[in-house]
Order: sequence, then structure tokens, then C-alpha cells
Amino acid sequence: MAQFNWRMPRWFHQMGSPKWFYNFGGLLQPWFTLAAFLLLTCGMVWGLAFAPADYQQGNSFRIMYVHVPAAILSQSVFLSMAIAGAIGLIWKMKIAFMVARSCIAIGATFTLIALVTGAIWGKPTWGAYWVWDARLTSTLVLLFLYAGVMALNQAISERQIAGKATAILAIVGTINIPIIKYSVEWWNTLHQSSSFSLTDKPTMPSEMYLPLLLTVLGSYFLFGLVVLTRTRAQILQTQNGASWLMQHKDISGAK
Amino acid sequence: MYFESVDALWHMAGHGPYVWSCYGLFIVLLAANVWHARSERKQALKQAQAFIRRNSNYQANTYVDAP
Repeated sequence: MAQFNWRMPRWFHQMGSPKWFYNFGGLLQPWFTLAAFLLLTCGMVWGLAFAPADYQQGNSFRIMYVHVPAAILSQSVFLSMAIAGAIGLIWKMKIAFMVARSCIAIGATFTLIALVTGAIWGKPTWGAYWVWDARLTSTLVLLFLYAGVMALNQAISERQIAGKATAILAIVGTINIPIIKYSVEWWNTLHQSSSFSLTDKPTMPSEMYLPLLLTVLGSYFLFGLVVLTRTRAQILQTQNGASWLMQHKDISGAK
Repeated sequence: MYFESVDALWHMAGHGPYVWSCYGLFIVLLAANVWHARSERKQALKQAQAFIRRNSNYQANTYVDAP
């Protein structure tokens, strides 16, 4: 009988090795720092001072350059966390649980930024800081989900069990992501529809669009940087005594 | 620059407080996350170094105390 013999590629299993992840992450980290800093700085300066004002919203539309990346990342980070959690559950990879844990605080931060900047933008545009609209409410639910994941992760001291519980909650919570995404289409809403997508041509002129692209990319790099740094810190904590780590140049003193 | 002066950039025809507070919040909260991640790493490095120090002391003591 023919046997099903397909395997995950080698790099996938390498990623699960603490030593490999620690070293490879160390190589990436400075480049992520540089990319995040440059992209965010250029995007924000461009958006603040050089992009033309919107013909309807005037200068308040410049909030878009921080609001949209935060909103996109709030959902991307949650998805990443759920995927990392699922990998941890299926392949029993400790690193995956560490990655998921590293996503929680930065994801919650992006969600909080999206909500607060959205509220501030709402005042001059809609005349109110907050309305109980589908997009806003589902994003608030996302913030509560992050809070739940964070509380659950910290309440359980045994890392492996905490990782499993967190993964399950994150996976169940992803049901909220399509609700946020399609809320502006399914319900009547004050919120404008997506500013850009991967597949369609932008509806904005390029001098308005490009700064947004920079801040979104920069935010992804910043997310990557935080996840790398925090996951590597967790590797240091849990691998105490491992010989590869004890001889590592980061620890043995040599800079 | 889109604006005629730094003053105009600051006021943004009345929208200044809204726009600048959003950018400020974005920068402060994200910088806090990066800072927190870095301090976690520093803490973990210190712990690992302390582990090595303890370990080497222990080995040295057992060696000296041995008859």
C-alpha cells in the first residue's frame, strides 16, 4: 500500500530549535531595527508635512498614516499569534508558544492605538469620539480578546500549559477577524471602507498613498523586531544551562 | 513642504491638536514596547550570566574541598 510520506520542509523544523532561532533572530534583529526606524520616520514625516491635505477632511486625514497601520497590525498580530499557537499545538514546538506569547502585548498596543487615534479622528470628521458602530465595536472586542489572552497567559505559571491555553483562546478568537474586516460591508456604518488592499489599485493619488505604505511596512518590521527580541529573551530564560547557550558569545562576556 | 510655515504645520488649520496627539501616542506606545522588549532581553542575559557564575563557583568549591 502506498504510504503518505510527505514531510514539512527542513527549515520548518530548524525554526523549532532554540539555538537556531536564537542565532538567526540575532542576525535579523539589527536589520529589522533599521528598517522599522527608517520606514516609520520617513512615512510619518512625509504624511505630516508633505502629503497634500484631503479635499473633504482637510488636515485631519493625516491621522490615517498612524491609524491605518495600527488597525492593520492589530489584526495581523492576532492572526500571527493564532497561527503560532496552532503550530505549537500541532507540532509541539515550544518556540511557537514563545512567539505567540511575544505577540500579545504588541498586538494589544496596536489595537489600543487604532481605537484611540480612531476616536480622535472621529471628533473633527464625524463630530463624535465614539459611536457604537460595527467596525468600532468589533475592534473593541479585539482589545478585550487580547486582554483575555494576556490574563490567561500570565495566570498559568507552567509555560507549556499556558502556551496551550493561550493558543486555543487565540484560535477561537480569530472568528472576530473576518467580522472586523467585513463589518464595513455587512452593516451600515459611519466608518469608511478600506484605504488600500493588496489586489486593487489604490483610490488615492500616490503622494497620499506612498507614505501610508511606508508606515504600514515599518509597523510590520517593528512588530517583527519586538517578537524577535522577546522570543529570544524567553529562549535565554528557559534554556538556562544548555551548553550551546552557556558558550554563546552573548553570555560568555565577549561582545 | 505642503505647509507655508512651521506654525501652519503645527496648527494644521485647526486640526493640529488632533493630528499631533495621534502621532505622539503612536510613537510613545510603540517605543515603550520596544523598550520593554529590550529590557526583558537584558534581564534574561543577566540571569544567564549569573547562572554561569554560580555554576563555575560551585565546581571550583567542590574541587578545592575534595580530599
